[in-house]
Parts: sequence; C-alpha cells; structure tokens
Amino acid sequence: MVSAMVAARLSPVRVGAVMGRNVGALRSGPAYWLVVVSGFFEPVLYLLSIGVGVGALVGRLEVGGGRVVDYAAFVAPAMLAVSAMSGALAETTFNFFFKMKYAKTFEAILATPVRPVEIAVGELAWALVRSAVYTGAFLVVMVAMGLTGGWWALAAFPAAMLVALAFGGVGMALSTLMRGWQDFDLLGTGQFALFLFSGTFSPVSDYPAVMEAVVVATPLFHAVELVRGLAIGQVGWGLVGHAGYLVVMAVAGLAFAARRIQRTLCA
Amino acid sequence: MQSLIHARGLVKRFGDFTAVDGIDLDVAPGEAFGFLGPNGAGKSSTMRMIGCVSMPSSGELRIFGMDPVRDGVRIRGRLGVCPQLDNLDPDLTVRENLTTYARYFGLSRAEARLRADELLDFAQLRDRAASQVEPLSGGMKRRLTIARAMVGDPALVLLDEPTTGLDPQARHLLWERLFQLRRRGVTLVLTTHYMDEAEQLCDRLVVMDGGRIVAEGSPRSLIAAHCTPEVVELRFAEEGDHAGKLAGVGRAEALPDRVLLYVDDGDDAVAEVHRRGLAPSGVLVRRSTLEDVFLQLTGRTLVE
Amino acid sequence: MGATAAVLERHLVMYRRLWRGSVFSSFVLPVLFLAGIGLGVGGYVGEIGGVGYLAWITPGVLASTAFQTAIGESTYSVMGDFKWVRSYHAMYAAPVRVGEMVAGRLVYILLRVVVAAAVFLGVTALFGALRSPWAPLSLAVVALVGLAAAAPVTAFAATVEHDSYFALLFRFVMIPSALFSGVFFPVEQLPGPARVLACLSPLWHGVELSRAATLGVFPAWPVWAHVACLLVWAAAGTAWAVSAFGRRLRD
Repeated sequence: MVSAMVAARLSPVRVGAVMGRNVGALRSGPAYWLVVVSGFFEPVLYLLSIGVGVGALVGRLEVGGGRVVDYAAFVAPAMLAVSAMSGALAETTFNFFFKMKYAKTFEAILATPVRPVEIAVGELAWALVRSAVYTGAFLVVMVAMGLTGGWWALAAFPAAMLVALAFGGVGMALSTLMRGWQDFDLLGTGQFALFLFSGTFSPVSDYPAVMEAVVVATPLFHAVELVRGLAIGQVGWGLVGHAGYLVVMAVAGLAFAARRIQRTLCA
Repeated sequence: MQSLIHARGLVKRFGDFTAVDGIDLDVAPGEAFGFLGPNGAGKSSTMRMIGCVSMPSSGELRIFGMDPVRDGVRIRGRLGVCPQLDNLDPDLTVRENLTTYARYFGLSRAEARLRADELLDFAQLRDRAASQVEPLSGGMKRRLTIARAMVGDPALVLLDEPTTGLDPQARHLLWERLFQLRRRGVTLVLTTHYMDEAEQLCDRLVVMDGGRIVAEGSPRSLIAAHCTPEVVELRFAEEGDHAGKLAGVGRAEALPDRVLLYVDDGDDAVAEVHRRGLAPSGVLVRRSTLEDVFLQLTGRTLVE
Repeated sequence: MGATAAVLERHLVMYRRLWRGSVFSSFVLPVLFLAGIGLGVGGYVGEIGGVGYLAWITPGVLASTAFQTAIGESTYSVMGDFKWVRSYHAMYAAPVRVGEMVAGRLVYILLRVVVAAAVFLGVTALFGALRSPWAPLSLAVVALVGLAAAAPVTAFAATVEHDSYFALLFRFVMIPSALFSGVFFPVEQLPGPARVLACLSPLWHGVELSRAATLGVFPAWPVWAHVACLLVWAAAGTAWAVSAFGRRLRD
C-alpha cells in the first residue's frame, strides 16, 4: 500500500518542521492569523442567514424515517461539513499553490533533508489543524443554539475531521495540476457549486433524478450526509458507506499529490 | 536661452528628514545633465520634484517656465520619465504597453500605433512586439521603459538610474540609445551612481551629497578642479604604513586594499616610489576619473 | 477629462487578457446561486408578498452579484496597480490627473457589472422570474450599486499595504452584507441593531430598487430616498478614492 510505504519513510521531526513553518507564519503578523480566524465566521453567517433567516420562512423539514427537524438544524451540519472542507481547501489549494509556485517555499525546504512527501504530509496536517479549529468552534455554536446534542456533537467532530482530510488530500492533488490563478476561478466556482447542491440547503431527493445521481457521486454530498446523520442523531449503516467514500478520497488524493510534488519539484 | 529647469533654493522635507537641502539648478535645452551621488544623496527626490509628482517644500522650481504645483499636467505632457523601477504592465504585450501609454498623452489610436512602431525600432524590440513583458530581459525592459517615455515626443527626458542592475552589454546598448536621443536634440536629465556612466553621457553634472550640491561642472572640468590628471594605484603584499613613506610624491590616500597616489605624472611617481625602496606587488597608472573626484569631495566610496 | 477614456481603455485591454480568470464567478456563479437557493429552498418557502420565492430573490441576487463583483474587482487589482505593477505611477508620470484615473477605473467596473447583470437578467427571464415591464431598469440600479460599492473599496484598496485586509473586508463586510441585506429574507426579520446596519448597506437599497423594478412593487422607502443613499455612497467613496490616490502618488 502506498500509505504504508509513505509511513515507513516519514520522519515526524521533519513533518513537524514543515508544520512549524506555518505556525511561524501565523505569528509573523496580525494579517495571516486574522484571515485564518475570520474563516470561521463565513459558515456561521450562512447558518444565521439561510438557516435561521430563511428558516423562519421554511419552518420544519422532514428528514426521513418520519423525523421532522427545524430547518436550521438541517442546514447547520451541512455548514459544519462545508467549514471542514473550506478550511482544508484554503490551505491546500490557494496557500499551497502560492508557496509552491511563487514564494518558492518548497524549493527552499527541499534544499534541506526534508523530502517531498514530508512536505505533503506536513501541509496536510496543518490544513487539518485549521479545519479542527473551525469545526470545533462551529460545533460549540451549534450546541449553544440547540441545533445538536452534546454527545452527538462529539461524534460529529471526528467525522468533520475525516471530511477535512479527504478534501485536504484532493485539494493538494489539484494544486499540483493548477496552471495559474485563472484555474482558481474554476476551482472556486466548483467548490461553490458543491456548496449549493450537496443537499446542503434542501434534500437531494427533491432534485430531478439525473441531477440527484450526479450529486450522489460528488464528495461534499457524502460529507454532508455523514456529518448530518451524526449531528441530528440519525445513525444507520449508510453512514459507513459515506465514511468509506471519504477515506478512499483522502488516500487517493494524498498518494497522487505526493507523487506529483516529487515529480514537479525534483524534476 | 530660457532654461528648461530652473531651481533656486529648492528644498524637500519628509517630516524631520531633509532630503534636498536648498539646491540651485539650471538646465539648458539640448543639454545632457547628470545628478551624481550615493544612495540617499537626494537625487531621486530632486528628480521626482522635476517630474511634478512630488511637491517642493520650499524654494523656487520652474519647468519649461511653468510652476509644477499649478501646471503639473501640462508639464508632464512634455516630459518623458523613466523611473528607477520599471513600471511596465506585465500582462500586456510590448506593443500594447506603448500604445496604451500613448493614449495617456492624448494621441489617437492611429497615431499611437504609428508611434509604437517607430519606438519599437528605436528600442530594437520590433521582433518582440507581440511578446508579453514578463519574459523580457532586464535590458529589454529598460529599453522599453525608455521607449515608452518617448511616446509623447518629450522635450525633456528624466532617467532615474537608467542602467542600475544591467549587465555590461545591456548598459552599452542603452548608452548608445541615449546618445541617439541626444543627437536628436532631446534634453536628458539623469541620475546615476556610476562614474563611467556620468562621464559617457553627461555634458554637465552636479555631485550631490546629503541633499546638497557639492560640486558642479563638466566631467573634465570637475576632474581638473578637484583632482590631479593621473592616479597611481599601488598594492602591497604585506601590511604597513606605506602611505606615510610617500610624503612629497603626491597626495596619498590609503584604502583598505590599496594606496592611491594623486599626481601630475604617473610614471615619474612610480619611479619615485621605487627610489624610496618600496616594492608594491601591483602598480597601475591611470587617468583620474569622476570616482576620484568623488573620493576627494566626500572621502568615501560612491556605491553603497 | 480626456485621459479618462485612455485609462478605461487600459483596463479593457487588460481585461481582454485576463477575462478567463473571472468568467465563472461573473457569469456562472449567480445562476448557480439562484438555482440552488431559489429552486431548492424555494420549494419549502412558498410565497413572499404574493410572488414565488425564486421570483422574490432574483432581483436580490442580481443586486448582490453587482455588489460583490464591484467589490472583488476593486481590491487586489487596485492595490496591485499601486504596489506591484505601479501602473498608476506610470500614469501619473504622463499627463493623467488623479480624478481621471479614478473615473476611468470606476467606469470600467460599471461596464463589468452591467454586462454581467445583463447576462444574468437574460437567464432569469428564462426562469420566468421577471414580472414587470420595468425589469430592464434594474440594470440602472445595479450600475448604481456597483458604483456605490466600488468607489469606497477602491479608496480602501489604495490605502492598505497588505492584501490580507481584503480577506477581512470580504468576510466582515461583503459576505454579511450579501447575506443580511434582504436578498434571501425580508430585513424586517432581523433584530433591531442588525436591521439598522442592513439599512446602512448600499446593497439593501439596491435590492429594494431592483425588486421594485423586476416585480413592479413599491420599495420600502420612496425611490428617491434609496437612490439618494446610493448616490451618497458613490459620491463619498469617489471623493475618498481621489484623495487616497493623490496621497499615494504625490508626497
């Protein structure tokens, strides 16, 4: 297995050093950490606007099995999954690309004993830290607003981290394929399309059959279903399937990214 | 003849710091005039005031007989400016950089195209016309910036350190282009901290230091006034007070790596050095340059 | 004002090179947004003020798109033209006045916003979301919204030294405005202080006017009052931009 091979060669010290550089950047001035912290507010604002604001117009919603929940309780877990996704993607796409192409950060790091795969793992771990902060804080908001129970929130947290890992791996893989900033417009639009149509704001069963089939194949749908199932306490075997999808995504993304980084930077 | 640039007691202050400390200037039409001095001497601040993008703190300044505070736009319409840092549009092509800029001067689209063609030839960039700016070499970019400065057919061209950072071939090509401009009667005002550049390009120059003009004249007259005709450079294998043993030969200046001897006749001086029992490991007799003048005037090296 | 046209032309020549970088966000995103929220959530909302939810949010999304495009286009590129490209310094060495630089830039933004809005309006007509012969007037409204948003942001971009401020502007000003200015639900639902904030935002005035145009209903305030608020934003922003450009270029 690729992951076993990767694990055998990884040096925790060197991976830690790659992460440490990001922590250093965080301390370098007010700008970066403010940006990082402010990323947390975006899903909260969506929750308040669509979940609560529009929710007041919607009322309650049936979520299957005869259960009915407040619209806000339906939207909130989706926003949690989105915030895990966007936290991970922000680090692994935009920032990763910038460091790879313009700041030449990786070129400088590779002049040291650090190996490409350690850069990939280090950057991904950093992305997970950022996601963990976002999702943790968001769960606190959800509990405070009565949108999930305390124990279910604890169950949803690792699920959200799996979401972050999956999107982080794929994001990094995509970054290695980016040609320039114009591709980010496409990436951003794609990310936004996922955000809108992954059963986030209305159940996918409402969509036309063809569209539903497409949505069910995309990653954020599985992320939303997994997180929502746990957050509203509706557990079934289906959740295992969703989790499996995300695990495959994480492994494939990371393996691809490590190979591409090796090829691009050590060519 | 009316001077193109006329300044009396010109001062520029930034807060407590006085960048330009009361200078007088007159630049006549057709002249090539240079500001020479180390970084921080006040050259660029003076240039920016002449370019009407920086307002004098006090003193009198007239460009083409006009007041830069009131008539900035009219003055800028007759100026060509080549700034120290290239500010070309990297996303546009070489030709688009010229045509876009020409439009700022009020040229019609057709005129702008014609002008761009002429200037591409002038800058020897015709075969790169459709290329983007980003991949051009430093020398090409600088030539393009100068060509762009020529777009409004200026009577006066300001060049702020035109060859800083260029390799020798690129510098010589650029100097040759600037000669072309002089031959056409364009007035050039440039700053530099390269002595050879000032000697090559300028009819007249001022040496600035600490915001003041410390000397003024043609390169030859400055050398004649502040230096001896020849300089002998002596290097010694072992350390010691070699300069002290040269009293009476000429003015000797000890630098960390060599001793400079300012004399009327270099060969005579070398003979005298040997007569006094000194055995330098290296001897160079050369004509004195502006660099020597500068050392004389300020007592330190020019390029910081 | 001769050089205004030359400045505008420069931005258009640039856009001809760089349009690919914004084509999705300008033209595709708003339609996706409308479909995702309007159709998806709309099925559960029913009617607001006698019209379907899709028709109700369409004018809001229109104004909101103009607002966000205007802000987005007035950030990095303005700062970059000062800091990295230095093209404003280049213009200022030529006989271009500061006012002409600002005017050329704002006219460019207006063009971008109005073209994107016209495309969006065409698409929404296909959805059947336009209910009034006044609908084309919404293009004038979005032009005004674009100006009211672009002018102060251009000024802001000319004063900051680091692009991180833009991420903060997006998250603490632009996105909250877009989410709470009556695009998705009536501002009457907001708690008092938030409602006052919403009424200060140029977007709310734009949404009200745009909704009046596409649905043929009366806006919350008299039309002249909404227009006046937008004009105040535009005028104050432009004045600030001219002074910020001037301060940055001459010293």
